[in-house]
Amino acid sequence: MSALLQLDHVGRSYPVGGFFARRQLQAVKDLSFTLNADRPEIFTIVGESGSGKTTTARMILGNEVPTSGVIRFLGQDVAAIRSRKDRLAFMAKVQPIFQNPFEAFNPLTTLDFYLYSTARRFLGLRTRAEIEAAADKALQHVGLSLVEVRGRYSHELSGGQLQRIAVARALIPSPKLIVADEPVSMVDASLRMSIVNLFRTLRDDLGVTIIYITHDLSTAYYISDRVIIMHKGDVIEAGDARAVLGNPSEDYSRALRNAVLPPDPVAARRIIEARLERRRAALTEAGT
Amino acid sequence: MFSILRDLLRFNVEFLIGFLLTGTIFLFAAAHFFAPYPDTAIYLLPPDMPPSAEFWLGTTSRGQDVFWQISGAIWNTMTFGLTVMILSRIVALAVGMVSGYLGGKADEVLMTINDTLIALPNIPILLLVYFVMRDQMTWPLLALTAALLGWNYDARLIRSVTLSLRNREFTRHAVFAGMSVPQVLIRQHLPYVMPVVFFTAMNNLIWAIGLEVTLSVLGFSDVNRPTVGGMIYWANQHQAAVSGIWWWLVFPIVAVVLLFLGLFLLAISINEYIDPRSRLSRMGG
Amino acid sequence: MHATLKPEASTSSADPVLRVDNLKAYYQMNYFGVSREVRAVDDITLTIRRNEIYGIAGESSSGKSSLIKTIAGAIRPPLRVVSGSVRFDFDGRTLDVYNDPEAMKAARWRHLSYVMQGSMNVLNPVRRVKHAFHDFAFRHMGLSPSAFRARVEAHLERIGLDPQVLESYPHQLSGGMRQRLAIGLATVCEPEFIIADEPTTALDVLVQQDVLALIKDVQMRLGSSIIFVTHDMTVHAAIADRIGIIYAGRLVEEGPSQAMFEQPQHPYTAHLIASLPRIGDTTRRVSLPGKPPNLADPPSGCRFHPRCPLAIAKCETESPPLVPRGEGRVACWRAGEVAAA
Repeated sequence: MSALLQLDHVGRSYPVGGFFARRQLQAVKDLSFTLNADRPEIFTIVGESGSGKTTTARMILGNEVPTSGVIRFLGQDVAAIRSRKDRLAFMAKVQPIFQNPFEAFNPLTTLDFYLYSTARRFLGLRTRAEIEAAADKALQHVGLSLVEVRGRYSHELSGGQLQRIAVARALIPSPKLIVADEPVSMVDASLRMSIVNLFRTLRDDLGVTIIYITHDLSTAYYISDRVIIMHKGDVIEAGDARAVLGNPSEDYSRALRNAVLPPDPVAARRIIEARLERRRAALTEAGT
Repeated sequence: MFSILRDLLRFNVEFLIGFLLTGTIFLFAAAHFFAPYPDTAIYLLPPDMPPSAEFWLGTTSRGQDVFWQISGAIWNTMTFGLTVMILSRIVALAVGMVSGYLGGKADEVLMTINDTLIALPNIPILLLVYFVMRDQMTWPLLALTAALLGWNYDARLIRSVTLSLRNREFTRHAVFAGMSVPQVLIRQHLPYVMPVVFFTAMNNLIWAIGLEVTLSVLGFSDVNRPTVGGMIYWANQHQAAVSGIWWWLVFPIVAVVLLFLGLFLLAISINEYIDPRSRLSRMGG
Repeated sequence: MHATLKPEASTSSADPVLRVDNLKAYYQMNYFGVSREVRAVDDITLTIRRNEIYGIAGESSSGKSSLIKTIAGAIRPPLRVVSGSVRFDFDGRTLDVYNDPEAMKAARWRHLSYVMQGSMNVLNPVRRVKHAFHDFAFRHMGLSPSAFRARVEAHLERIGLDPQVLESYPHQLSGGMRQRLAIGLATVCEPEFIIADEPTTALDVLVQQDVLALIKDVQMRLGSSIIFVTHDMTVHAAIADRIGIIYAGRLVEEGPSQAMFEQPQHPYTAHLIASLPRIGDTTRRVSLPGKPPNLADPPSGCRFHPRCPLAIAKCETESPPLVPRGEGRVACWRAGEVAAA
């Protein structure tokens, strides 16, 4: 068994506060996990805002350097990849999906340019026909075709379609790992599941490992193999997704699990009413 | 390009007025190529003639036709202004975008140079250059000096725009799509920076023309070459205001004010047009 | 002090507090010769009863924000009301939003208030929170400054905030606290009608539930009506009494939330509910094919037909009217067949 990605006691802190009251904010504390190269999976990082999940994604992508610990991708320290040649080789294996598809595509650039650029740079293709064939092949994986995308601008397509194009683009260099940071939070509800299902297809058919970063426990439960729950930089709970999310053992993850509103008016209303009772009781108590 | 111009003329009153003003002044300035007298010749005509059918805007105390003098002066002044503008835009763009996008050491070095230049006072430096060069002082040299002094504020502005663009998701996306630094800067960032460039370009042009007028009025330029400032310089030398030769002063000033107004209206209307938000709304149509 | 809870008004009361009739509001744009008309609110008729929470669900650019802006009388060009009316009924007086701007101005905040998604937009970042209360509510309450302050403090305590927050700046407070403050600000005058636009969307899950409970609490105590806009169907399930589904500027289904979740009548609603993932269930969820409609150039007939699994020839040419069905209303030619499909 060889490790695809290995986080070894990774920490990241930022200086915060003014000139005099300077202190360190620990965005990520002592995070360790290993993804296996032989067994593609969907590895989910669940957390609220400020949990450190986005910092983790940025460090894995090499956009930020850990202040402690090491991130190794196929045995190589990600923070040590500096030269453009090495960066390109790294980016051919690790690709990101961003949160807001309308923000990830420049509104003034045609979408196909992103696909062509990726094909040219990472596959070393030169002729127009080869490049277009590569782009089309990647788009087929996500249920689109080049004809639908060629010459289009981002505002002409829906968030769901854009996110699929973003996935297609990431697939062009045949990456081993895709890091998706909140990929569906800006996508309309009716299109959300198409992206989530797509990740499953990538794992099963193309053998891509996916790090899925989200605050949404329901989709996390739906597609993940393994999950870690982060809170203020700490890992609260980690393990098999169905076990951890279905039956959490720590207080924080239980609270998080119970805060998920079920799509059922009776049950959801009961949760809100229970919360309401607690509020009223607390207020009455405070008043006496 | 032609349809953009047509749309702007049809739907934007500011642009129409600015276009007509600037266009008229440009044609008027271009007319100096067909002037009946060489523009550097003096005492060719009877001096101090008030505006009349023969000399539309009168003649100067140096025996020059004010009409043809202004025509040549505006041309030279505009050439100077445009040269300064283009040179300083190139420097501002290069420095601002590279500095903002690369960050780190490159940013520090470039911004130190930038801030040092901001701290230096412009007029004394130009005067220093003038006193060093003396007779070799030609207008391209003056333009180059002015351009080297006129880019720094705008470079900071462009840098701040690039700095915010650098952290946008589409920049990270472009990098992961394998785009090189020039590709990111030119294809991804330049469209966002262009409005800043355009708007500062107009401001810079106005500044450069003002600078040229100031230096010439004070006599610190090649005063034999007709410019707007040069005309005012000679009018002052001959005490035109005191001796009632008002047309020697009023007409060049009116011409330069109209030119400023025209350029300003063009600047604001073009800026509205190239604002990415309104451009996007149109593209959606 | 004791938190006194008003007896809950009867929810069955049918007298409407808001009537929207055949409302059409379009964006009419003209950029350098390209003119466009976007029918963001297209012939919407609905009533909201006293003491109910009415949820409006719809995707981005479905026209739901334009609808509530139009209801609030807070539209500015290029969005214009083309026809129809919006009438509130406050204290037994009818207030026509687009015919009586003076009365509308007087009713703002006193009778009609808002909770918005970005609470920072309401709270001025450089002024203490107490100024916001003063600016928004003081002139509506007719109280002396000290009585006003006492009233505000009592109100904040009731919604579970320490009155000390009045002396803080917005940036010193957490997102959840700011959103609670925004709710406090919107309810301090005890308005009869509250417009809540995605008030929980930007919040973390744990805080979201708290804020929902607070909204429910305040609504029950004041007996006010709330129009609650969010794209998140689970939030509607938790809080809305009735739900209206907006698709491409039109109301396609409306009904009591319980009934809607149990048996949606419109295929779009059915899809929205069926695609919700839930913990403990990994059966495959599917997405709708196609893309959301472009309001500037909507599909012919029923606007949902290009994406609809049940579409027939009639759907392509004729737009279905919104007709009563069961406990609600639905606009679909094949409304009865949804459950079977």
